Amino acid sequence: MIFIGAFLVNNILLMRFIALCSFFGVSTSMDTSVGMSAAVVFVTMLATWVCWVLWHGVLLPLGLEFLRTAVFILVIAGLVQFVEMFLKKYVRGLYSAMGIYLPLITTNCAILAVTFLNVDYGYNLLQATIYALGVGGGYSLAIILFAAIRERLEDSPISPAFRGYPIAFVGASLISLAFLGFANLFGISA
Amino acid sequence: MTSKKPSRLGFLVNPIVRENAVLILMIGLCPVLATSTSARDALGMSAAASFVLIFSNVVVALVRKFVQPTIRIPIFIIIISTFVTIIDYVLQAYQPSLYQVLGVFVPLIVVNCIILGRAEAFAYGHGVFDSFLDGLGNSLGFTLVLVVLGSLREFFAVGTVFGYVVTPAWYRSAPMLFMIFPPGAFLLIGILKALVAKFKLDKR
Repeated sequence: MIFIGAFLVNNILLMRFIALCSFFGVSTSMDTSVGMSAAVVFVTMLATWVCWVLWHGVLLPLGLEFLRTAVFILVIAGLVQFVEMFLKKYVRGLYSAMGIYLPLITTNCAILAVTFLNVDYGYNLLQATIYALGVGGGYSLAIILFAAIRERLEDSPISPAFRGYPIAFVGASLISLAFLGFANLFGISA
Repeated sequence: MTSKKPSRLGFLVNPIVRENAVLILMIGLCPVLATSTSARDALGMSAAASFVLIFSNVVVALVRKFVQPTIRIPIFIIIISTFVTIIDYVLQAYQPSLYQVLGVFVPLIVVNCIILGRAEAFAYGHGVFDSFLDGLGNSLGFTLVLVVLGSLREFFAVGTVFGYVVTPAWYRSAPMLFMIFPPGAFLLIGILKALVAKFKLDKR
């Protein structure tokens, strides 16, 4: 339920408007979208675990809730750096697949949003993991669908004022309309 | 002093329209689309983001002489997140209904590309007063887009602007409700962007 909710009904890009910068920036081709999606899924999972443990293990017991924003963003920034170095040294294949997207991820709001929402919804570790998977999956689904559409748009005859970003937004609007159809799927409200 | 004046005015005026971060540079989109469901929410979000933008710009300009270039990004993030935390708690205490609507987008101001972008691109290399002007200009530009978009969405979806009734009763009985949902936001910003592009093309 949590997975379907995050994957389709409350799709992070199209319904919640989180991580739009990367959505429009990266979705110009299929390859970049796939690389970015892989990086987002991977880092979202890691960040969810680390932030969940920090929140329940350190910040809550010490009464430091007000440090949440600062701690989470720094953890994510540090984590991204660490993952990048680790992959570069030990997992060359994966690094070349998503290497250049990793630094961009620090400012990708999807990851920070997931860690905040996990706290807001009061998820336990398993629920948080499933939620992170759902968000990552939903992000990949939306961005890959959108990349396919944008590749087609490149060769379409479009009036000059709408070329580039404007038509991309209109396209996003139509996909978003389709996703609106998932509202109340299995009784999950948007 | 007189030779400096036009450039100073430029710091304030350029980001409002000509270098508008949202419409021209296409950054900081998430809060613009997510919190523009009504004119009032849009204004609330702009106020919160403007507070953080102006103060982080000023503080970054104040401390820039002591910050080593290699560690500047983490320092910027800490400064920004300090102000985000302040506004987060202020809204929670004094504007609970607004806080409810904005939700996760208040803490997410910390990753708003405009704010980190201005700290890096402007405040790190300019004086305190200039950075203040730049922050103010960018805030006004951001507010302009957000409030226009919020007003349009509220107008189409409910038939009111800032809660005031501006449309005849026959419209309000069957408004374009989808404008308040995500597709409406995407569509409107696409059209706004196309208008800007059209304006640019005509001028050329």
